[in-house]
Amino acid sequence: MPWILDGLADLHGALRADGYTVIGPTYRDGAIVLAELASADDLPYGWGVTLEPGGYRTRRREDDAAFAHSAGPQSWKPFLHPPRVKLWEGRRTEDGGFSIETEEETPPRYAFLGVRPCDLRAIGVLDHVMIGGAHPDEAYGARRTGAFIIAVNCTEPGETCFCASMGTGPRADTGYDLVLTELIGEGRFLAEVGTGAGAALLDRIPREEADEAVTEGALAEVAAAADRMGREMPEPEGLRDLLAGSLDAARWDDVASRCLTCGNCTMVCPTCFCTTVEDVTDLTGEHAERRQRWDSCFDLDFSHLPGGSVRTSGKSRYRQWLTHKLGTWHDQFGSSGCVGCGRCIVWCPVGIDLTEEVAALREEQEERRD
Amino acid sequence: MPPKLAVWKFASCDGCQLSLLDCEDELLTLAGEVEISHFLEASSMIAPGPYDVSLVEGSISTPADAERIRHIRRVSRRLVTIGACATAGGIQALRNYADTEEYRSVVYAKPEYVATLAGSTPISAHVPVDFELRGCPIDRSQLLEVISAYLAGRRPGIPDHPVCFECKMRGTVCVMVAHGTPCLGPVTHTGCGAICPAYGRGCYGCFGPATRPNLGSLKTWLGSIGMSRPDVDRAFATFNVAAFEEQPDDPP
Ligand code: SF4
Ligand code: SF4
Ligand code: SF4
Ligand code: SF4
Repeated sequence: MPWILDGLADLHGALRADGYTVIGPTYRDGAIVLAELASADDLPYGWGVTLEPGGYRTRRREDDAAFAHSAGPQSWKPFLHPPRVKLWEGRRTEDGGFSIETEEETPPRYAFLGVRPCDLRAIGVLDHVMIGGAHPDEAYGARRTGAFIIAVNCTEPGETCFCASMGTGPRADTGYDLVLTELIGEGRFLAEVGTGAGAALLDRIPREEADEAVTEGALAEVAAAADRMGREMPEPEGLRDLLAGSLDAARWDDVASRCLTCGNCTMVCPTCFCTTVEDVTDLTGEHAERRQRWDSCFDLDFSHLPGGSVRTSGKSRYRQWLTHKLGTWHDQFGSSGCVGCGRCIVWCPVGIDLTEEVAALREEQEERRD
Repeated sequence: MPPKLAVWKFASCDGCQLSLLDCEDELLTLAGEVEISHFLEASSMIAPGPYDVSLVEGSISTPADAERIRHIRRVSRRLVTIGACATAGGIQALRNYADTEEYRSVVYAKPEYVATLAGSTPISAHVPVDFELRGCPIDRSQLLEVISAYLAGRRPGIPDHPVCFECKMRGTVCVMVAHGTPCLGPVTHTGCGAICPAYGRGCYGCFGPATRPNLGSLKTWLGSIGMSRPDVDRAFATFNVAAFEEQPDDPP
């Protein structure tokens, strides 16, 4: 049964009481970032955003909506799959051997407040990569299993959003403990339950039953958002074949003339998972560490083999990103690697838009066919 | 016998050598692992070569420098350049794009006493270099990493990607996308830890060009966000002017 919450202070308080570190959107440095929320007051009430390829600006709204902004500079990835992780450290022992220590860190217990449907799907995609296969990443698993997820349905898609065409939004389907729909202008939220843990949490806070009209009205707003997407991925079902058939496309030269190979797109993408490991020793040589950090197929060293890098041109690196994300991801993980959040479009310093690149590849393919 | 470390200076401001002295917490450990045999900025005591590792600061700008670096190379097993001057010619390489004779006559009272080469060039233009550490100044943890790597006999773990990688890993909001502030991060070699964007400023390119940067595309973009072409060119004409000048304008 759906419920109505008057503000989010009680919800936030209950999560804190349960020992969660509550992470959610907040205003910082001219952007709506994800960070720890000390209280529900930290939410970005009244802030909206204006997005374009290579551009992001916050703007004041006329209402005090908390979630009327679309995807910001980071996804939830840095919390679940941090940019840097120490894997182990080794010390030389007195008998000339060495000992290996792995830190038994208690994983943080995160409550994610305000996960967009696209990002919710992205967490599912990342789960599949990180813990869905034969060699699960246990540290990721620990962070992930402990997380409590409160999704927020979208009523305000941005100029660069295309979740509707990727089939990931604007309404969250599964994977949340609770899902909220903001009743914009009222300061109230429709809350629906996804799991027993979600139900138990709701049981502890003040709430009202939502009547049918309010529920329907709120969900109609969400459904209507599907028609206000700023972008569309052209023919998403055909992407795998399109990319497999476009390895020699002339368009790669065109995009490579603009691409800076800066890796921002892969870093902001909520599903890009690549890492590398680095071994370091200190001055004395008595102490060594193995560290994992994010990597990207735009890094020259990413494809470094004896003899040098395999993908030296920007063209081959951009092609790897797009082909993996939209094409071979299906073969590897059984889904698209793109959920339509639009971050790679906004945070590309030169505004490269993958929906536009796909449209151009498609056009080229059609021309070749004729 | 501990390995011998030497530090040398050419045309430079001493800032990179200071970065070594600035390694306060590690300096004693370092002194325990190597014999600091030649480091005039820190001590007038000089032990004779050959040296296991030579750190070279500064660019080559006089005929005497050009001779001296050849000698240093001969007495050094490994030669590591430290900083933008030694690696790229430094800010003084601006004169490579001007008339040196004219400068000499304007700047010095007795120009005939000033022996100078026509340009300021990096160490690698004169002798083979084993490793180039960039930055104006260098990052001290990168310096310690290179020394630690040589002591352990491994390859230095100095990443070879643009500043944006570090900027994103640090969780900084991109100043170019979110504020419209011009930033050279996408074409600049990493190493500083993306400090400037973390303080709301654009990257000034003080670590020099990333490997195979796409300068043409970034310059076009900087124009589109409101920088005039002379301002764009000036933005690249600083500590690493010669290294940026050498890069082709076409995409990697
Ligand atoms: S590819 Fe771009 S739009 Fe798709 S999920 Fe990644 S960042 Fe979002
Ligand atoms: S697109 Fe590149 S960085 Fe992202 S997962 Fe694929 S190979 Fe890794
Ligand atoms: S597409 Fe954009 S963000 Fe991605 S590497 Fe190229 S320039 Fe950077
Ligand atoms: S602020 Fe500069 S260095 Fe950081 S991501 Fe943006 S362009 Fe790159």
